Parts: sequence; C-alpha cells; structure tokens
Amino acid sequence: MEYERILIRYGEISTKGRNRNRFVDKLKKSVKIALAPFPNVRVEAGRDRMFVILNGESGTAVIEKLKNIFGIQSFSPAIKVKRSIEVLKQTSLDVVRSFYEEGKTFKVTPKRSDKSFELDTDGINRAIGGHLLQNIPKLKVDMKNPDINLRIEVRKEAIYLSCETIQGAGGLPIGSSGKAMLMLSGGIDSPVAGYMAMKRGVEVEAVHFFSPPFTSERSKEKVIDLSKKLADIYGSMTLHIVPFTEIQQTIREQIPENYSMTSTRRLMLRITDEIRKKHDALAIITGENLGQVASQTLESMFAINDVTNTPILRPLITMDKSDIIKIAQEIDTLEISNRPFEDCCTIFVPASPKTKPKREKVQYYESFFDFDPLIHEAVKETETIVLNSENNVRTEFSELF
Amino acid sequence: MIYFDNSATTKPYKEVLDSFVTVSSEYFGNPSSLHSMGGQAEKLLSQAREQVSKFLKVKSSEIYFTSGGTEGNNLAIKGSALMHKHRGRHLITSSVEHPSVRLAMEQLEREDFDITYLPVDRLGRIRVEDLEKAIRKDTILISIMHVNNEVGTIQPIEEIGQLLKRYPGILFHVDAVQSVGKIPISLIDNRVDFCSISAHKFHGLKGTGALFIREGARISPLFSGGDQERKIRSGTENVAGAVAMAKALRMTLTKAETGTETMKKIQTLLWNGLTEIEGTQIHTPHEYMAPHIINFSLKGIKSEVFIHALERKGVFVSTTSACSSKKKSPSKTLIEMGVPETLAESAIRISLSFQNSEEEALTALAALKESANQLRKVMK
Repeated sequence: MEYERILIRYGEISTKGRNRNRFVDKLKKSVKIALAPFPNVRVEAGRDRMFVILNGESGTAVIEKLKNIFGIQSFSPAIKVKRSIEVLKQTSLDVVRSFYEEGKTFKVTPKRSDKSFELDTDGINRAIGGHLLQNIPKLKVDMKNPDINLRIEVRKEAIYLSCETIQGAGGLPIGSSGKAMLMLSGGIDSPVAGYMAMKRGVEVEAVHFFSPPFTSERSKEKVIDLSKKLADIYGSMTLHIVPFTEIQQTIREQIPENYSMTSTRRLMLRITDEIRKKHDALAIITGENLGQVASQTLESMFAINDVTNTPILRPLITMDKSDIIKIAQEIDTLEISNRPFEDCCTIFVPASPKTKPKREKVQYYESFFDFDPLIHEAVKETETIVLNSENNVRTEFSELF
Repeated sequence: MIYFDNSATTKPYKEVLDSFVTVSSEYFGNPSSLHSMGGQAEKLLSQAREQVSKFLKVKSSEIYFTSGGTEGNNLAIKGSALMHKHRGRHLITSSVEHPSVRLAMEQLEREDFDITYLPVDRLGRIRVEDLEKAIRKDTILISIMHVNNEVGTIQPIEEIGQLLKRYPGILFHVDAVQSVGKIPISLIDNRVDFCSISAHKFHGLKGTGALFIREGARISPLFSGGDQERKIRSGTENVAGAVAMAKALRMTLTKAETGTETMKKIQTLLWNGLTEIEGTQIHTPHEYMAPHIINFSLKGIKSEVFIHALERKGVFVSTTSACSSKKKSPSKTLIEMGVPETLAESAIRISLSFQNSEEEALTALAALKESANQLRKVMK
C-alpha cells in the first residue's frame, strides 16, 4: 500500500479574504521547508487546498513532517490505483483492513470526475461496499457517522483512494503575522513561548544573555540546541547572543541586593528592545507565566515592563506549569531544557528577591548609574548566528565523521 | 588472503580506526563532566547520534548506543518483557533467530513468560499467516530478524509491519544486524518499535552498536547506573566507538550505492561456480536472499575439514554462524528449513563485503574446486 499524494486542507487561512494569497504562499513555503529532505516531492498550492505529490518518497515520513506545520487544519493521504474494478476492490479491502478493528463502521464516498469510467458512483458504492462486507466479517455500514470513510475519486489518469483524515497543527503559517524577538533563557518555558508565537504565524528571532564565566559554554550550547529545535519548525532560526557579564557585575555593585533581579530583567528587556529595533521586529516574546517565580508577579511585571512601550507577548501567561511541560515534551525541548547548567536566570539570584518591587524604587536605584553605554556596548558585541534545520549537520569535527 | 567471512565480522575501515584513535586520544573527556572537555565529548556523541539517525531515517532521540547486536537484542526483548509483564506475558519469535534473541527468549521462558517460536518454510522464511495466528490478547512483543545470519534469507518485515498496524499494542523488534547497508528498510513505514544494529558488521569496531527505540515505545533498562543514554543504557558512553560507528555507517551506505550491484554479481558468480562442483547443495534460497551470503554443503565433507583446507589456500569462510561454530552442533537454521542433519554438518557459509572483488571470487572458486576434489579422494 503506497501513498501517491497528500491532500492538505487549510485552517483559518480560508477566512482571510484578500490576504489569502499571501497566507497560501507562506504556507507553501513552510511545507517546502519541512519537506526539503524529500527531494522528489512536489507541492501544488491551490486556492482551497494544497497537494503534496510524493513521487516515490515515503508517505509515512512526509505525514510526520506535515503534522507539525502551522496553518494546516487537516490532511489526507491518498493511494493511486489503476482504473480497474478488480484492483480497486482489492486495494479498498487492503486499505479498510489496515484501519479496521472489531466493531468499527464504514461508508464509501465515491466521486467520479471522469464519466467514462464503467461504473457510476452508485455502482462503485455497491461494488466496493459489497466487497468489503463480504470480506470483513463483522464490518458494518454507517452512513451518518462512520469510523472509516473510504473516499474514492475516479479521475482520468487513475483512481485515488483515501480514508484517513489526520489532524494538522492548526494555527497560521509562520511569517504571516510579522516578526518578534524571543527572550530565550534555556529553561522550559521560553522555547514553548516561542513555539506558541510561531503557531500564530509570528516569525521569531531568539535573544540569549550570556555571562561567562558565571554561565558556561555548555549553557550556551544548550540554547543553541533549543534554537535548533525551533529551527526545525520553519527551517531556520536566528539567535542573538548578548554578552552580559559586565552589566550583571555592575548591577551587583550598584543596586541593592533585593532589587538586583528586577533591575537585571529591566536591563535585559532594554537590550532586547534595542536588538528588536535593529532587526525590524514589532514585539518581544517572553516565557513569563503569572506567579511562577518572583520576577513573574504582576508587581514585578509592572516594574520591569516600565522600560519599554513595545508590545510584550506572553503566550504562557495564564497556563499551568504541567501544560507547559506537556508542550515542551511534544516539541522535544524538555530534555534539552532540563540539562543541569546554570543560566542567566539562575545565577546571581538574591536570597530574597522582592516579589512586590516598586517601580519608583527601582527607577531611583538605577538613577545613580548610566547604563546606556553598557547597553550600547552589549548590543554592539552581540553575536548573531543563523541555525539552519536543513544543514543541521555540524561542520565542527567533520573530519571525524 | 581472501576474506569471505564478513557476516562473522568485517575489517574496520582505516578511516574509521583513525577517527577512533583521534577521539580516544584527544577528546577523552566524560560526556557527563561539566567542563569543556566533557562538553566536547558530549558534542561528539550527539553528532554521532545525529549521523546514525539520519542514515536510519529516524529521529536522533530514538537512537541509543549499545555494545553491539547482542546487547541491543537483549535490551529490546528483556527490557520490553520487564516493562510490560503486567500487560501480558506472551512473546513471538522465529525458530531461526540469532542466539542473542533465541536464548534471551528461553531465559524469559524460565521466568514464566510464554514464547511462540514460529516455524520457517524451505526458504527459511516465516509465514505471516502463522504469525497472525500466533498473536494472542496477552502478546507484548514480536521479534523477527531482518536477514538470517546463517543462510541470508530475508524475512517478510514489511508484511509483518503492515499486519501489526492492526495490533497497536504489540511491540515489534527487528534484529537488523545482518542487513544494515545491504537491504534498506524503512523503520517508520514498517511500524518497527525496536531495531538493533552492530558496528563491526559494517566495518566499524567490535563493542559498538545501537538500538533504535521508537519515540513513545517504553522499555525497562537492563543496566543500573549513571542513567546515561536517557536512562535506558547506563555506563560511561563509548564516544570514540560511537563516532567510529557513525563514520563506518556513512562509508558503508555510500559504498552500497554502487557496491550492491557488484556484490550481487559476485554472489551470482559464486553461485554458478558452486553448482558446477559435484555434490554441492546450496541452502541459501534463490528468492528472498540477501546479496552477501551463500550457504552450501559439499556432500560427505565435514564443514570444519573443508574450512581448514580452504584456509591453507588463503580463503577464509565459516561454518554457518561464527557464534555457534565452536559448538559443533549443526546449524539450527538449516535444520529448521528441513535440511537433513548429515547435510547440515557439511554446511559452509561464504559472506561478502563491499571490499570483495570478482577476481577474489574466481580465485576462491578455483580453491574451492581443488579442495573439494582433493578431500573427496581422501574421504572416499
């Protein structure tokens, strides 16, 4: 049983009126990126649906890739068979058998766009339905609510069979909603926040704060690996690594200990905002989750958010930790996030950070020192790397492999 | 020297040895160490994992490094049995498996598991109908080898995989130790849950291998320790071995692109040559055969005698499988295929690699003919 093509149904795209073409183009690009490992695949995008023609590539593997593409509501793999009733009967039986379990019901939905075929839809219905009932002993028909809906489409060149509708990832095609900067720490939440934003069509670039020697090369490696996981979704991911040691040391010297965390977050946000301007993005995404830690109380957010007017997207803000972990597992970042290295958020944590910092106080403490030159320097020294999913093969050590 | 015992083991590629030496001497850190040397080693290990997964067309998180085929088979079988024993205690395998599968099953049998050993036909293949009949409500695992190590028969893995799509609760293990690089197989399309490979069968080093564990398939570890390999296989990772295996796999698969045709030619050459020798019977089936193995008997000449006669002419072959050849019992696979015991006692296995040439085959055939004639005179 070999799949010949996969029919893709769009999600919300179809409701997007005049922007539809742009959305379809973005989706086509997403599909092409995801299917780059399959060079023979052809993608045909239409107004209402898209076809992936497999040309001999593995259907199962392509299906796995399609499941993760945003903007797809559902899709159905189809098998191509010769225009012969005998072949059609046999294949239909094979297909239905492969989905059949005792007690399941079915129906046949024939469609005949080529009227020269010897049977009409009713004839196909009877021939195939009868054949299935004869050969699968306890199979029952249910026209209204079947477990297995065998769709048969007779066309000039061949007959296409499909009986599976696979749920897509939903959402909007990446890039259709503009660009934003993701503050990526290395913890569990921020990659999930990035993923959720991507799901709503946002093109994401990541910003990471690196404080050697307080945080190690391995924690940087961890963030690179997380970015690669996100790169798998859209083919590539830009990661900005900000040198942050000097600023962190200055905060320790200048700001009272219980306000150091609030101040650190404010400076991180200011730097991210500068990088955002430089790269023409429109928002900042964080993995903040209400009440999770001291910096994520409403009072903290109020004091931290003070430094910018840029929209801050917090996709996880009201979620429960267990649900966030579930998504992290699904997108395969949990294990990377759990690697036990110190990161920018865990180092220099004061013994008792203020959970209810006052905006005026933090402004007052910061007023004794001009952070602007340090911010400017950090932005200037920021290292930008582009991680590609297609050439995920690392070049380091390549002579050993 | 003509080395025709590649199913026992292969000669490591020089490039593979070079990588092993470089990694062992320059990147000897423990991947679990926090410092940068540990980091380097971890990077090498994950790069090796990525490369192996890429060639097997699976996710890198689905590859677990082991010490080889025996460990992979034991881990898949006993690990599943341990994990799922409360769900069921019935396992199915074939009667022609490698000892690391068969004896693992026998051990489970002593622990009150129920094992079905499927018979094989004259070609050495199990019948999928038999398999389906053997499935019970409490079946937890089916373990079938891809290519038989003694005669080279290819088992109907695709058909089994399609069948098992209807039995989502049953785990499916494939021992692919003999088939890597020779017969491609799609693990994902064929619904395989576990697949074991061993590096020294494809010009890697002994003591290295990998087990594919499909995402979501749960298994109990057999080793307790430092929780390496996502807690499935404790023990400090053999980084150099893993890198060497990744390289060996890449080189083998590159060679397979053109090498498989040559290998088939050599096999046909040997096949035709052997049939010309009086009293030979070829056990390797003409259908469903892997390109690298020919198993045959020279009537009336004990295998061991013939092997030593050939060795004196510089040709290295073996009696059936290397693992059991010291036990002097006739090949289990041949007996199961219905070959009479006396004939099975004369069984010889020639097994090829991409390093063998047609000239070697011709030289070996001449040696085979000569030895056969000489021995016939003595033994008559």
